[in-house]
This record gives sequence, C-alpha cells and structure tokens, in this order.
Amino acid sequence: MGTYVPNTEAQKQAMLSAIGVGAAEELFAAVPREMLVDHLDLPEGLSELAVRQKVSAMAGKNRVYPTVLRGAGAYRHFIPAVVKSVTSREELVTAYTPYQAEISQGILQSIFEYQTMICALTGMDVSNASVYDGATAAAEALAMCRDRKRNRAYVSACADPQTIQVMRTYCFGSGMELELIPEKDGRTDLDALKAALGADAAHGADAAHGADAAHGADAACVYVQQPNYYGNIEDARAIGEAVHAAGAKYIMGCNPIALAVMETPAACGADVAVGEAQPLGLDVAFGGPYLGYMAATKAMFRKLPGRIVGQTHDVDGQVGYVLTLTAREQHIRREKASSNICSNQALCAFTAGVYLTAMGAEGLTRAAALSMSKAHYFAGELEKIGLPRVHSGEYFHEFVTRCENPEKVLRALDDHDILGGLPVEGGILWCVTEVVTREELDRAAAVIKEVC
Amino acid sequence: MNIPAELKYTKDHEWIKMVGDATALVGITDFAQSELGDLVFINLPQEGDEVTAEESFCDVESVKAVSDVMSPCTGVVEEVHTELEDEPQMLNEDPYEAWIARIRDITAYGELMTAEEYEAYIQK
Amino acid sequence: MKLIFEKGAPGQHLTLMPPCDVPEVTLSRPRTQPLDLPHVSETELTRHYTALAKRVHGVNDGFYPLGSCTMKYNPKINEDMAALPGFTQIHPLQPPETVQGCLEVLHQSEKLLCEITGMNAMTFQPAAGAHGEFTGLLLIKAYHARRGDAARTKVIVPDSAHGTNPASAVMAGFTVVNIPSSADGCVDVEALRAAVGPDTAGLMLTNPNTVGIFDKNILEITRIVHDAGGLCYYDGANLNAVMGVVRPGDMGFDVIHLNLHKTFSTPHGGGGPGSGAVGCKDFLSCFLPGPVVTRDDSGYRLTQPEHSIGRVKNFYGNFSVVVKALTYILTLGREGVPEAAKNAVLNANYMMKRLSEKYAMAYEGPCMHEFVMTLQDLKDATGCSAMDVAKGLLDHGIHPPTMYFPLIVHEALMVEPTETESQETMDEVCDVFLSLWELAHENPQALHDAPTRTPVRRLDEVGAARNAVLRYTGT
Repeated sequence: MGTYVPNTEAQKQAMLSAIGVGAAEELFAAVPREMLVDHLDLPEGLSELAVRQKVSAMAGKNRVYPTVLRGAGAYRHFIPAVVKSVTSREELVTAYTPYQAEISQGILQSIFEYQTMICALTGMDVSNASVYDGATAAAEALAMCRDRKRNRAYVSACADPQTIQVMRTYCFGSGMELELIPEKDGRTDLDALKAALGADAAHGADAAHGADAAHGADAACVYVQQPNYYGNIEDARAIGEAVHAAGAKYIMGCNPIALAVMETPAACGADVAVGEAQPLGLDVAFGGPYLGYMAATKAMFRKLPGRIVGQTHDVDGQVGYVLTLTAREQHIRREKASSNICSNQALCAFTAGVYLTAMGAEGLTRAAALSMSKAHYFAGELEKIGLPRVHSGEYFHEFVTRCENPEKVLRALDDHDILGGLPVEGGILWCVTEVVTREELDRAAAVIKEVC
Repeated sequence: MNIPAELKYTKDHEWIKMVGDATALVGITDFAQSELGDLVFINLPQEGDEVTAEESFCDVESVKAVSDVMSPCTGVVEEVHTELEDEPQMLNEDPYEAWIARIRDITAYGELMTAEEYEAYIQK
Repeated sequence: MKLIFEKGAPGQHLTLMPPCDVPEVTLSRPRTQPLDLPHVSETELTRHYTALAKRVHGVNDGFYPLGSCTMKYNPKINEDMAALPGFTQIHPLQPPETVQGCLEVLHQSEKLLCEITGMNAMTFQPAAGAHGEFTGLLLIKAYHARRGDAARTKVIVPDSAHGTNPASAVMAGFTVVNIPSSADGCVDVEALRAAVGPDTAGLMLTNPNTVGIFDKNILEITRIVHDAGGLCYYDGANLNAVMGVVRPGDMGFDVIHLNLHKTFSTPHGGGGPGSGAVGCKDFLSCFLPGPVVTRDDSGYRLTQPEHSIGRVKNFYGNFSVVVKALTYILTLGREGVPEAAKNAVLNANYMMKRLSEKYAMAYEGPCMHEFVMTLQDLKDATGCSAMDVAKGLLDHGIHPPTMYFPLIVHEALMVEPTETESQETMDEVCDVFLSLWELAHENPQALHDAPTRTPVRRLDEVGAARNAVLRYTGT
C-alpha cells in the first residue's frame, strides 16, 4: 500500500511512550467500541506506479477531440505556456487561505492584481477574490440585491440554463422569488421585461407598500447574460435603463473574453457584473474547477460576498496586502452573514491573472476578434450548405443554426474527430474560438454538406 | 473613562441624550468603543425605521468582530449620522459627539442608568 | 514589491496569436473604454510571478499546523493524474459514451467515499465545504417539505461551530438555534434536549468537534434529534481523525459533507479550489443535486434524481479535485486510510504532550487530530497574546496554528500537525514553541515586534478597512 506517514515503527513507539499510552488505539477511547469499523470494504492500497496505471486507464476511456465546435458554458481557448509553468509553483499550490498576511504576500498581491484586472475588464469599481463559478456568482449576485422590500429577481430566459438552475436552487433556499423574462428572437424580450417591471416605473417604489401592490413592485434585480446563451448580443443599455427606471438593480453576466471587444457592463449601467472566467486560462476539464468573478459599483461593494484583498502598510511603512472588510463574512458575522462562502477558487483567480498578463490588452482583443471572426466565417459556410442561423442580429462566438437532423450531423462530425455543436431546441448551438483553424472549419462544413 | 453626567446609559453600553419631549440622540459609550477597539464600519439604520428598546438597531465592525448596538428606547429613526459611514473612527475618537441616530416619537425606554450608576456598573 | 501594472512598458508583449485567416468582423457597438491590462515581456512575467510565489508559505515550505484545515502533504502523483489530457481536454457536454472515464472517476469516488463515511449516495457538485453545507441543508429542507412538514424551520448549531454552519443554515432558509457547549467542549446534552422540538429541522455537528475531542455521547445526541423528528448533519471538516476508524453514518448522521481538500490530500491553492462532496443515506438520495452518475449494462450514465433540489453548480463540480482525491484513496487503500487517521491522532497527542510542558491546554487529553491551547494565562502574566506567539512562529519559518478559534476558548491556538509530519519535525517545532514561551517572559517586547524576518511585518488592518484600497488605480 502507499503511505505518506513518515514516522517509523520505532518513532511511533517512542511517541506513544512519551504520551504514556501503549497503542494508538487507546487514543480513541472516547469512541464507543461497538461503533468501530471492523471491516473497511476498500481495495488494497497501491504503489505509485500501479495507481498511475489505474487512473491513466480511466483517462484513456475518454475521447479527446482535436477539433471542438461546442461551447455552451465551457470554452476551449488558447492557454499560453507560461500560464501552466507559473501556476504550478508549489508554494502557491500548497498554501491555504492567506490568513497570515506576513507570509502570504504573494497570494494576497496576486489577488489584488486579479481584482484590478477584473475591474479593468468590466469597468466596475470593486471586485472580490472569486467565487466557485459563473453560475454561483450569478446566484450570489441575486442575494446581494435583495432587501426587505424587494424580494423578486427577474432573470432573462436567454441566460445559460445551468445558471438559471443554480439561481433557482439558491432561491429555493433563501425564499427569494425568481421569474423568467421570456425570449424573443434569441434575445431578452425588452417589452416583456418592461411590462413585468411596469408597476414600479408607473407608481414608484411606494407601490410596494400598498396592500394590493402591483406585480413587479418588489423587483430586486434583473439578470441578463451578455453575450447570451445563444451567443447573441443583447441590447444591454436599453435593458439597464428599464431596470433602473423600476428602481431595481442590474446584474450582467459577461463572458470575460468578449469584454475585450464589447461594451463593458459599467458602460451599460450594471450595478453588479459577474461571469464565468474559465475562458481566462483554465482547461475545460470536464466542468471544473472554473472561476466565478464578481464585481460591483462602489455603492454596492460592501454587499460583495467572500474574500476581498486591500492594500495597506506594515509597521515599517512598507506597502503590503491583507484580507480586508472581513467583518462582512461568515466567520465573524455567522448567521447574520449575507453569504457562507469561505474557500473560493484562489488558484484559478491566480491563473486568470497570469493569463491576462500574458495576453495583455492586445492579445486578449485578438483572441476575442479571432473567435468572433471565425464564428462568423463558419456561420457563413453553414448557411451556404443549408444550415442558416435561427436568430437575426449580432453575435459573438456562438450562434444557433437550423438543422433538420442534428443527430446525423453530429455523428458525421464525430466520425471525423470533430465535436460538433450542442443540440438545442430549434437546432444546433455552435461555438468557434481562436484555436480552431480555417482548414478545420472548412473540413467540418464539408462533412456536414455530405449528410445534409 | 469619560461618562458625561447629563446622559443616561444602558447596560449594553449605549448612551441616550434627550433633545426634546420624545426625541433623543443615541450612541455608544466611551467604554464600549474602548472594548470594541478600532471601529472600521457602521451599519447604520435607515430613516423611518422603527426601533425597539433593548433590541438591535444597527451594528459596528472592528477588524475582527461585529457587535450589535441596542436601542435605548422605542421610537422611529428621524435622522442618521451618515458621516459615520465614511469616518467610523469618530466613534472611537469622540463617542459622545458621534451620535448614531436621532429617535423621534419615543414611546418607551429600556432600563437606563445615571452616569453614577453606569460608572459603578462598568467598575464591576 | 512592485505590482505587475508598474512593471514593463507599453508595447512590451508576448507573441501568442496568429494572423486572422478569415475575414475580420467587428461589433457595431464595440468597447470604447481603454483596457488597462499589464504590458510586460515573457521574461518579466515569469520573474514577477516567481517572486510572488517566493513570498508564500505552503505545505512544501514548512510545517503548517493550521487547526481544522488539515494541511497534510499534497502528493504529486495526484497533480500528475489530474493533469492528464484525457481529463483536462474533456468538454463537460460531450456525449456520455465519450466520457466514460470521467464518469468512472465520479462513480468510483462516490463508492469509496460512501464506504469510508457510511453513506449511500454522494454528489461532487459542491465546490467547497460551505457549499456542501448549503447543499446538505437543502436536502434536509426538501425532505421535510416533501413530507408536508412545514413547521421544521430551525437548525441547531453548537456555539463551538465554524461560522459557515450558521451562515449556511440561513442561506438555506432556516433559523439558527445556538446551543452552548458543556465544560468539556462537547455538546451539552441537556441543552440539546431542551432545544429540540416539532420545529427542529436538524442539527449540524462536527465529530471530533472543533476543540479536537470525540463526543462520546454521539449516539445519544443523534438519537435525541431523530426522536424529535429532525435530521443530523455531519460537517466533515475533522474527518481526518477518524476516517476508516469510525463512520459518520454509524454515528447516526443522515447527511454529510467532506472537504476533499482537507482529508483527501488535494491542495488548497491559496484558498481554493476545493471540493465539498455531499453524501447522504438512501432516503435522502432522491433529493441530491443532479445530474448524478449511475451505472447499467451499457456503462455509466448521467441521471436526474427524482426530487432533486436542482443544481448547486455548473456541470459536475470541481472535477479535477475529485481525480486527485480518488488517486489518493486508491494509493492508501484499505490499510492506509485508517493508518492515516491513527497517525494524525498520534502526532497531535505527541505535540500536545510536549507543549503542555509550558502551555495551558483548553481541554484535557487525549485529543483527536488537533488540540486547542489557551494563552490567556500567558497573556495575563506577560502581555503576550496568542497573536504575538503566532507572529513569533513566522520568524522561524513555521506557519502558525489557527488563531482565536473556536470562539469559546480565550486566546486560542488550535494545532493540527496531520499524519504527514515526522517526529523530528514536530520536535523542532515544539522546541520553537517552548522557546517562544520563555521569550514571552524574558522579553515580551520582542514578541510584540515579531515578525521581523518576513517579507513584510505586521500590517495595518484597521487602515486597510477604513480606507479601502481594493485595486490599483495608477501612480
């Protein structure tokens, strides 16, 4: 069996004698005898070589596609070599949360830099140190906007369905109401949103006090994803104006790479910006670990959940960094805390920081432009062979096409080692990032042409 | 320890200063601020909030702790001292000038002590 | 040390992207705000982050007895396995027949961890311990709701509990009832009896508890809650003391969370990612977050539990972390799992014995995998606090124990050496602890001034909170 216990039998005996007991079992005297495990049905332990063979065999049962045209919340982007090299530093990997600031300056400074970069991307004032993923970031954002009078969240039906599911689960817990704003031509139906919020806009916040308060008067916030699940660009400014007219808070969930070429949430009036930052240097890795980013306006920043790093000085006047505003958090506020988050995704945030540094503004903008341009090229090729887009208007690097027989198309692509788009209602949701070449796109189009 | 004679005090270390028939300013005592240490934030109540004697109506944060501030009286918040939001250190530096809220329409009081009684109370 | 934004010069960059091989398109409403990201060369980039790494103390740098956090050695084979392209390059929405290996990882891990904990089913969706607590409490909520019992709105939490427990209970929509601990740090059984009733949804407990003691009344405790109609939630933060020795399921717990990043050796990464796997007994499995992995003749499949509480996270959780934990469990196996627990307990008792030469223990031994010292007497005698001693340790390259937790012990230092530390390491560390006790008496100012050999010294936390500077805004 494998073991990581360094002490020899002689050392263990010496320690037992020092303690004054005969055997380690005596230290478990408080455990009722009848409860002790007598047979543990686990396999025998393995050597490192054997375990490597066993786990590698499992990895071998998965299919790695050289060409991936599927996104829908997990994106295969280019990851510069320096990212993996730098983020595998053992000091960082094996450290805990930076409670002891004096020996954790590396982590603390990296989070401060990450916070700065998230603010740069989103245009927002303040960022936290990360949460679990984009979906939990969105769910935490709803909670940030809730108050005694406003307990209803409106969520665009064009948001990622998994994000909506996670928000629903969090609302099941907290008792917050969640209502979907329907879709129209692949975008959030602005008229329906205005109608839902209408009561507030017409009567003002006082309507909430009336016994027969109109529907929508308790709107805490509106959540919109940009680009949305179908890849389409929402009219985010117009939505923001409607939200604010109703006195609600505006939450935008944005793809961080798209932000290099797209209007920032701050410019669109968002109060809170969140999103899935997996595209920033993290592998798709069968769904995780990913990275939820959260940023807010100055007015909202104390409501941000989780860790936040601040800059300060030490007793000698040297600049240093600490976890700050900690009295908001669960370890101090306990049942009065607005979130329970403790561990976050620090190493993923560190990775995103290294990635953004490596890419720089120019590199990130190129990655965004390449992804978007290639997606448009591919959409054009698909249209030529009878798979036109379902929706009109602008999109980023994902789009939905009609498809009579998605199963047939995807199987044909699969036979050519291509992971096609994701079947969705009405067709296929395709994604193209900068790592896919024109040759691969032409080849995919040719394969599809043969079966359509 | 500074304990102004003209104020009344609670056992939870708040002070109350009557400024009208049923109107008063409330805050935390010098003893409270010294026990709490450097305060870094105050969660102020909102104007119009109804407060109840001996129940929490706001809280103050130090770096390592958060503490409820209990209302000395039952009434309605007429005004809050919003400057404290940006300068919570006022609570440490001059706790009797750093009133937290002005309460109107006071209908009841919690158990209150005179300065002398409060001094004896904190001696214990 | 300079920030990355203060290094390099505009125009410096890495060459990463090829020219565009298709016609370029742009948005009609493009970004107009400047994008202020760093501009450095690859040389500068690697030097900057290497310098940052050097200003961090990890398990690889030295002793890390952070109580309740189980900072055991993180085996490198785990990292290698999680980095296999057969895992890292798998899209989470690939067809099931192309991800049989990933599903096998989840299914195997579930099976092994259920055996270790005495549970019947498990989800790996929660990303951390607190996330697991929230998930487990929602299972309890859904269970009572499905029975039509709307009165069960209260969750009982001992005052020694970690702050995430009450915070999670509130997020799940419960009201928290705090109960005091008895003088020995365990659950006050009479207080519990008085607290339970028809409004009790459940009890949250760690065992061994947060003061490092195995609650000998555990069967009575879980029975009291069950008799009142509530369920018992096990916070797995301290499972390292008892894994393979005694199982939460046999103690009477219905639902648990595990911290794979504590007990099962996956690294903490400076605060995450972790994995807060949630296990439950059969009668709760229909409420688990979906999808879960099931197996039939054709292989592994993803299915939705009948009355699922819904998703708590995208996809299937922090999958790579599960790969690491599975690698660890397969390595240790049947003998290695209890061996780890027994040695964790042995090491803790050894340090407790050695340190009790000078330091006062909050509770009498034997302890389990960790113990709590109270430095109140030392503070009264010398003016040196738990914080001062902790900062003194930093100058000796030792990460301090957990400070000021649990809240019920004054001037607390909570020490958890873990099983992966050797006797000689612990002896060296104990010598340092004892020398600091002497120093507190001889020259307390030296401890007040510590640390002096770290990259920065004590930081102004009050200033940081009062004048929050939370991002770089330029020189």
